[in-house]
Amino acid sequence: MVVVFALFLLTLLVVTAIAIVRSEDLFSAVVLSGIFSLLMAANFFVLDAADVALTEAAVGAGVATVLLLGALTLTPTRERARSRRRWLALTAVAANVAVIVFATIDAPNLGDPQAPVHQHVSPWYLENTAEYVGVPNVVTAVLASFRGYDTLGEAFVILIAGIGVLFTLGAGRDRLLAKDPEPRPQEGLKHHLIPKVVSRMLIPFIVLFGLYVQFHGDFGPGGGFQAGALIAAGMILHSIIEGERAALKLMPPRLLVTMAVTGTLLFGAVGVVCMLLGGAFLDYSVLAAEPVEGQHLGVLVIELGVGLTVTGVLLAIYHAFAARDQ
Amino acid sequence: MELIGHFHYLVFAVLLMTGFYALVAKQNLIKKLLGLSIFQSAVFLLYITMSTREGGTAPIIRPEAVDQIYANPLPQVLILTAIVVGIATMALGLAIVVRIREEYDSIEDNQIRRMDRRS
Repeated sequence: MVVVFALFLLTLLVVTAIAIVRSEDLFSAVVLSGIFSLLMAANFFVLDAADVALTEAAVGAGVATVLLLGALTLTPTRERARSRRRWLALTAVAANVAVIVFATIDAPNLGDPQAPVHQHVSPWYLENTAEYVGVPNVVTAVLASFRGYDTLGEAFVILIAGIGVLFTLGAGRDRLLAKDPEPRPQEGLKHHLIPKVVSRMLIPFIVLFGLYVQFHGDFGPGGGFQAGALIAAGMILHSIIEGERAALKLMPPRLLVTMAVTGTLLFGAVGVVCMLLGGAFLDYSVLAAEPVEGQHLGVLVIELGVGLTVTGVLLAIYHAFAARDQ
Repeated sequence: MELIGHFHYLVFAVLLMTGFYALVAKQNLIKKLLGLSIFQSAVFLLYITMSTREGGTAPIIRPEAVDQIYANPLPQVLILTAIVVGIATMALGLAIVVRIREEYDSIEDNQIRRMDRRS
């Protein structure tokens, strides 16, 4: 049964991808890319990657679609030029597919326990996470504790991308606020009854679920990355319904930038505190009397930092696009 | 399992090259970014395919379940962070596209090149 479902999902993925590339209307291409992400999330779930599926659903299907639509309001929505050297490109692409398929003929089978990827270090993480970190979700443990350096780097990459967007587009937002900061009654979708009622029911639950994913990430699927994307999605829905000015009044740009910077600095500060207490950088075991308790505390705080950064950056990026066309 | 494993690799190859085709052959800059994100998703799919184990489940350890097989957590961690970094970099790309449109009044690569050559 699962096999049939997986085959169905994979086929749909290919169909959607080709439809995205072929459609001349950019609006439908963007909506199709949302569907593509959702299918990809379902596929990740079938392949036992619950954390990744949650991230892909919140980030790929939710936030990415909104950002692309925000960019489309500022650009033409039809593709004008025809493809360049179409047949040359198609031949090269087909040859590449053939090469990759040839290379995967003797690749390890799906789920083969003898595959090299399951042999080296990964059994160690599955066996020893409970002892060293004491967190049931091994993905969270590896992300926050064992590979904390790397995650700190990712948090900085997200912050820098956000700063880049604000430098490229940021002026619109401040102009909007300086010109006329008061929310207008006709802004947003408030005057449409169904979106208004549905969103008022949905927004609190989306944000609540985001908070649950944030603080329950050690025990179930979830963590700062997913929670940040979920909370940002809830606030973006609020902004679409109530209008740009009302949303900016609720969460001013200054607050969003502060959230993004505080989150990353909080992550780094935990590392420095660990050093001051006599451990290595981001070695949370020294934070409490018992090493496992220290790990728990460290994971919780740095996940909070990641959540703050992701929420702040995604919302700041959204507002940079949304305020640009006003 | 043999068949479906190879079907996963085939889908990976086709998706990767579909995204690549949009990236090299399409003129529209937003289309190129969409192609890049399909390319990226194909790589994510390959990694997650590697993490699966037969009879396994998501790597959230339950002490009461003895001899439970879990999926490999390492590829999942790599991809989880890559997805979020991917959206941040795509937002930066879109911001640059919006600025290009404001300067050139076009988001078609060939028109922009022509204007550059003329000036």
